[in-house]
Amino acid sequence: MYNFDVERPSTVAEAVAAMGRDEAQPMSGGQTLIPTLKARLAAPSVLVSLGGIEEMKGVSMADGLLSVGGGTTHAAVAREAAAHYPALAGLAARIGDPAVRNRGTIGGSVANNDPSACYPAAVLGSGATVVTNQREIAADDYFLGMFETALDEGEIVTGVNFPVPQAAHYEKMIQPASRFPLVAVFVAKFSDGLRVAVTGASNNGVFRWTEAETALAADFSADALNGVKADASEMISDLHGTGAYRAHLVNVMTKRAVAAIG
Amino acid sequence: MPKDGGIGASSKRREDVRFLTGNGKYTDDINMRGQAYVHFLRSDVAHGTLTKVDTSAAAEMPGVVQIFTGADFVEIGGMPCGWQVTDKHGDPMHEPKHPVLAHGKVRHVGEPIAAVVAETLAQARDAAEAIEVDIAELPAVVNMKDAVKDGAPKVHDELPGNLCYDWGFVEENKGAVDEAFEKAAHVTTLELTNNRLVANPMEPRVAIGDFDRSDGEHTLYTTSQNPHVIRLLMGAFVLGIPEHKLRVVAPDVGGGFGTKIFHYQEEAFCTFAAKAVNRPVKWTSTRSEAFVSDAHGRDHVTKIELALDAENNFTALRTDTYANMGAYLSTFAPSVPTWLHGTLMAGNYKTPLIYVNVKAVFTNTVPVDAYRGAGRPEATYQLERLVDMAAHELGVDPIALRRQNFITEFPYATPVAVEYDTGDYVATMDKLEEMADLSGFEARRKASEAKGKLRGFGVNCYIEACGIAPSNLVGQLGARAGLYESATVRVNATGGLVVMTGSHSHGQGHETSFAQVVAEMIGIDESMIDIVHGDTSKVPMGMGTYGSRSIAVGGSAMVRATEKIIAKAKKIASHLLEASEGDIELKDGAFSVAGTDKSVAWGDVTLAAYVPHNYPLDDIEPGLEETAFYDPANFTYPSGAYACEVELDPDTGQVSIERFSAADDFGNIINPMIVTGQVHGGIAQGVGQALLENCAYDEEGQLLSASYMDYAMPRASDLPFYDVDHSCQTPCTHNPLGVKGCGEAGAIGSPPAVVNAVINAMRSGGHDVKHIDMPVSPARVWAAMNG
Ligand SMILES: Cc1cc2nc3c(=O)[nH]c(=O)nc-3n(C[C@H](O)[C@H](O)[C@H](O)COP(=O)(O)OP(=O)(O)OC[C@H]3O[C@@H](n4cnc5c(N)ncnc54)[C@H](O)[C@@H]3O)c2cc1C
Repeated sequence: MYNFDVERPSTVAEAVAAMGRDEAQPMSGGQTLIPTLKARLAAPSVLVSLGGIEEMKGVSMADGLLSVGGGTTHAAVAREAAAHYPALAGLAARIGDPAVRNRGTIGGSVANNDPSACYPAAVLGSGATVVTNQREIAADDYFLGMFETALDEGEIVTGVNFPVPQAAHYEKMIQPASRFPLVAVFVAKFSDGLRVAVTGASNNGVFRWTEAETALAADFSADALNGVKADASEMISDLHGTGAYRAHLVNVMTKRAVAAIG
Repeated sequence: MPKDGGIGASSKRREDVRFLTGNGKYTDDINMRGQAYVHFLRSDVAHGTLTKVDTSAAAEMPGVVQIFTGADFVEIGGMPCGWQVTDKHGDPMHEPKHPVLAHGKVRHVGEPIAAVVAETLAQARDAAEAIEVDIAELPAVVNMKDAVKDGAPKVHDELPGNLCYDWGFVEENKGAVDEAFEKAAHVTTLELTNNRLVANPMEPRVAIGDFDRSDGEHTLYTTSQNPHVIRLLMGAFVLGIPEHKLRVVAPDVGGGFGTKIFHYQEEAFCTFAAKAVNRPVKWTSTRSEAFVSDAHGRDHVTKIELALDAENNFTALRTDTYANMGAYLSTFAPSVPTWLHGTLMAGNYKTPLIYVNVKAVFTNTVPVDAYRGAGRPEATYQLERLVDMAAHELGVDPIALRRQNFITEFPYATPVAVEYDTGDYVATMDKLEEMADLSGFEARRKASEAKGKLRGFGVNCYIEACGIAPSNLVGQLGARAGLYESATVRVNATGGLVVMTGSHSHGQGHETSFAQVVAEMIGIDESMIDIVHGDTSKVPMGMGTYGSRSIAVGGSAMVRATEKIIAKAKKIASHLLEASEGDIELKDGAFSVAGTDKSVAWGDVTLAAYVPHNYPLDDIEPGLEETAFYDPANFTYPSGAYACEVELDPDTGQVSIERFSAADDFGNIINPMIVTGQVHGGIAQGVGQALLENCAYDEEGQLLSASYMDYAMPRASDLPFYDVDHSCQTPCTHNPLGVKGCGEAGAIGSPPAVVNAVINAMRSGGHDVKHIDMPVSPARVWAAMNG
């Protein structure tokens, strides 16, 4: 690590003020950021720790909308969202290991937008809204590509609002080393439509698989996806699988998610 | 009735008390007064000419004590290689200099270019970033078959063709082998890769150098499996320090798996720098550094062929292997693909004619050396895959084909220079068939198919050579060291014993099992015996722990030393009992006169040895301390049969291991629980190699799997509950304990069983896959079935 200052705001307003300092960077669970700092791959002058901001923590349900504070840990979501949105809680419960789940936050994950992260699939798959200190951003407008989001410099994710679907399922095939998704698919079925979001697979980060959505809208069954192919040319090819393999897995994981919803 | 102490008892591992309560004392736990910290600046390119290494700005950075570069080591010896292989033309292997810090050229990613010694680690890292390094990049060579082509980039300028040696074994047999292939009724051919691995012991490497100006003594604290070997190699060949002025301490070591056998540059550097800067100098590897600086394992590319007659008897075997040495020769690298691999190619079979060719190749990658099993897993994997393939081609049962060709008479002299003293391959196979419940397999397969899964069964045998090794023999084979072991047994006046062994425990439980042996011999409680190891100032010159040699060679030395103790103690007892020495019997810790009720306790004798009042001084010296060096007469040959059952998801290619059975013959067993634990760990590593671990480079020589984000280690959830048995015991005939060693068996025996099972599963789904390379990842399985 290089030297840096630490700010510990206790409100969003204080955090926003602290972010005004030169080369400031927010930190939530630090599960991604701390290793980056240790490897000397980032050199912020000021770390603004969001961990003490109570107003960014917790899960609440109102008018069919589940609001998750940006500072809520994966473990808290797994616990507190279980009664309201089991698919989301199940996703959170299977991120990383207990240490990661007790530190890492939804805000950090969504801000980071790792192409293999779990949460982006739920956010996009639910058609959720990302809430920041400045505005609300629809999921469809929020994820812009690998590690890229619609967030402005210094903008803080304070929460995510999830419309709760009638039924949903997250199906994940893990990459054997990192145990992040190799390919994972979030399928959510609403009274007025459905969404299929895919993570881990694409060079452009999380995406909606619209061909599958169309096929499933006509016939919500795994068989409806027979012959529906994801575009392999857009897929990540690496040590753990070719683009063709990932494209194949997109289909398999989607079918399994659909079958699980029934 | 299980025993509650001594040989054969499952005594609880006494060392676990400190390990499990956080009280182990590892090298990184040692902090010296006034120590400075080292950070190594390592090459981030695989191959290039160093055109500039300018430390002037860095030297001015805060906290910097001194910065060293390759120029400071030009006059100093390179890292020595402990084994010289002679090629098939009778010429010695090529042995390019391996500098402590790179000079002139860099040859692999991770090679140290400069070392900063500073007050704090952060200051050392800061200063390292201020060193100006220019490297004129050269094309890298990573693939071995490319490396030996005409015009390939030269890893070492003086060495065209990048060949370390071209070894033929046994060269005189080649003609007869080729002839047998011409006459064969059937030939099975297989080309495969034995994947490169990173050992990844839980504790990364650490080195602390210290120098005492008052007496000129150097001390190196290091994470080593063999402190005396480091003392000899570093003292005599690198730094020129006489052994009496060099102490090497390897305290608790958190796993070695071979990669901590070797003498590394960081050890030599810290020892050298401590004197140069006149203060202790400490280096602790990060995990990221370990990936590019610990010697890697395996990395063979092989073509192997089996000739069979019309009755399916094996008539000849021929192999052609490329073995990756990496950019430089690590300490024992040349011996691994030759004397630890070629000599094993007979396996469990009476194949009369065998020819092994090995080309050892330099590439722009991290040096490769011994890793759990070292050469023997490579031999076992290719042979056992090949036999499975032959059975498939011939349409015969793979177990029956193996049984038909088993060696059944012992001793058995193989056509590849070694003589197996004992074994019973039929017995371990019988045991395995019982454990694996073969008759229930079809029902289990159907149950899997009902769930949309494929199920496969794979089996293999293995033989290994351990208890390394007769010095005479290995000397003829090119070893530059003897491979005996030492032990000193020191009995205290009040009867307790300290046993100083040249073996080194880095997790194997020696402190427990070694004490059991001595306790059994004397008939006293294990708690009266302490085992000391890992410090050249305490223990006699010993060769350390690797090649499953500790109990077979180190344990035998301990037996010899204890026999001397008992002989002397009997003399003392005969004096105390006023009886003739020949009538003294030792039983349950007491000496008695045969046929009488006269006896003295162990403690009376030990006290007399040190309080020699009324003592026959002209007959016996006071004191009770003996040393023995034991040099084995032969290798030991553990063997066994392993079976694996997998379930395969045809939609994703995911393989899960449902059952794993291991029937081993380790000869006599000192502590069954420890042996079981060693087999468990070995299988975990073998399954890791078979399914998960893949050390991969890109064409530029960048390590793709350079962290746990991409290098998959086996976890508990990847493994089933194993079924492990070691009731088949054919004791070793040439060591006093009749033991063979068990440390590597699991890692040697398990990969072919896993891969054979996966291929069996794919075939049962109608996919005629001939072979699939490890690691058998979901992506590879899916590609093999769909492509
Ligand atoms: C061993 C391990 C395994 C893991 N496995 C998985 C897995 O299986 N699936 C998965 O999805 N993830 C996994 N992760 C990642 C984990 O979920 C992280 O917690 C997450 O990616 C980042 O969250 P964080 O709160 O730790 O963010 P931090 O590390 O604190 O920050 C990450 C980035 O986001 C920025 N940031 C943080 N909070 C905010 C905010 N509120 N507003 C704006 N910007 C912000 C930071 O500046 C930084 O750039 C794993 C991590 C580890 C270490």
